[in-house]
Amino acid sequence: MPSRETFYEVMRQHGITRRSFLKFCSLTAAGLGLGPEFAGKFAHALETKPRTPVIWLHGLECTCCTESFIRSGNPLAGDVVLSMISLDYDDTLMAAAGHQAEELLEQTVEKYDGQYILACEGNPPLNEDGMYCIQAGKPYVEKLRHMADHCKAIIAWGSCASWGCVQAARPNPTRATPIHKVITDKPVVKVPGCPPIAEVMTGVITYMIAFDRLPELDRQGRPKMFYSQRLHDKCYRRPHFDAGQFVERFDDEGARKGYCLYKVGCKGPTTYNACSTVEWNDGLSWPVKSGHGCLGCAEDNFWDKGSFYSAVTNFGAMGGAEASADKVGGILAGAAAVGVAAHAAASAVSRIRSRNSEEVRHD
Amino acid sequence: MASTASDSLEKRHHRKPLYVFEAPVRIWHWVHALSIVVLAVTGYLIANPLPSIGGEASEHFLMGNLRMIHFIAGYVFAIGFAVRIYFGLVGNKYSRELLYLPVWRREWWRDLFGEVRYYLFLQRDPPHSDAHNALAQAAMWFVNILVGVFMIVSGFALYGEGLGLGTWADTWFGWAIPLFGGSQQLRMLHILGMWLFIVFSIIHIYMAVRADIMGSQSSVSSIISGWRTYKD
Repeated sequence: MPSRETFYEVMRQHGITRRSFLKFCSLTAAGLGLGPEFAGKFAHALETKPRTPVIWLHGLECTCCTESFIRSGNPLAGDVVLSMISLDYDDTLMAAAGHQAEELLEQTVEKYDGQYILACEGNPPLNEDGMYCIQAGKPYVEKLRHMADHCKAIIAWGSCASWGCVQAARPNPTRATPIHKVITDKPVVKVPGCPPIAEVMTGVITYMIAFDRLPELDRQGRPKMFYSQRLHDKCYRRPHFDAGQFVERFDDEGARKGYCLYKVGCKGPTTYNACSTVEWNDGLSWPVKSGHGCLGCAEDNFWDKGSFYSAVTNFGAMGGAEASADKVGGILAGAAAVGVAAHAAASAVSRIRSRNSEEVRHD
Repeated sequence: MASTASDSLEKRHHRKPLYVFEAPVRIWHWVHALSIVVLAVTGYLIANPLPSIGGEASEHFLMGNLRMIHFIAGYVFAIGFAVRIYFGLVGNKYSRELLYLPVWRREWWRDLFGEVRYYLFLQRDPPHSDAHNALAQAAMWFVNILVGVFMIVSGFALYGEGLGLGTWADTWFGWAIPLFGGSQQLRMLHILGMWLFIVFSIIHIYMAVRADIMGSQSSVSSIISGWRTYKD
């Protein structure tokens, strides 16, 4: 593996024609929401810049991120990026195994110290010194820290690496911890979703390795190009929301007519992702299009946020108490009303009594 | 016992009416109250929409209108709040009572516990206060200042989600979303805040009416005319 080769050279070695390469550049530019002139910039960058290696680590996870990634809607983009990545290290996708595979890691650290990108799928469990996730005889968290020490930047794939996801749900017995809370001295790009959309993943990684910089991030470290809007903002059922037309039950007339799923618990209004625009499986469909509400899988702690089937949900913060905001508030207001009525009655009684005693005194 | 009660009655008898609530405070009170009613009704319906309406989506804009009314009432609430804070700084000494709790003053605590004892029927007469009694002041501070600020911050943060990233509402208030555990969580806390306002309103109206009937000084009419008058 010559160290100064470019992406373009690697792609050509993989039998990708120049025509396909240019197509990939324009599709990626379009996918990232960049202007047409960026297609040329992409091509130029990939032709001239030395290839940035990508190391893809797996912690506690279900591999749905990888499953999503290899189904990238534009197969070319997926293949290209995938072949670029699997050249280096991805324990799920690479051919190498065992000691040979682990050696690749050390080689990368030696050759590309401070230059490679660390893509993390899943997160490390910290309880019992990380013993809940052992790789090559060592806790995963040690491998993560070692590789993070020498990397340039980190991509946190999926909700596991970004927020913690299912394995960090209450009571989180293994203390599964998102990447940015373990590695604090490197820039972390969060690409949440369970899994993230394939085109979002290829878009983010291509941007980073082609332009050698982080995409613009929002307050919570997510790329603005894909996570700056809620599903609700671009949902094709939004007109039904604004009109006040809702699915009340999954088998009613509203469901057949494709009304808004807000009342059956769609989390589109509180979920930041690109599902309603990029969609899934080559733009085939996405949850709301298939008639089911969004679960909010790209949001922090979505697993502990209460029902997937109601708009007003439980508090994640209330120690697991199964009570929604309306229930808690309704009980408080009811208690206040009852208390006020009881106090009014008691006041009346005390007034009559004091009047009686005054009358007795006057007599 | 009987003689001390009649002594205090005697004292009150000669008390002159006192101008406590200046016009800006009175106007704010009623604008604030109205905005809370509108916000609570529209807010409840945004979280728990009415049954679906039929026909074409293009013929209706029910949720859109409810949200718009909610946002306008939210602006009224927030701007009114800011004006009230300003007036608290320049108005009379009673207008300042909403802004802070004098927790460092021994008498304030004595009055607070006196009020609690009064409302528990353990004490015949409440401690004297001109504008707000200590208990009412504490309740008003917690709900109108503490919960009120939370509702303004969370409300504009959620409003900023619709306006979009980088807009003024997102820039100034968007930080509240991750701080309170995400968009859904903040919505639920915003709803809980509404319920706290409802609880406050129930007790506030009850106590104001009760004080008017049972107390020795005017209560409901004072927030209309501004004057505190004394009975007997």
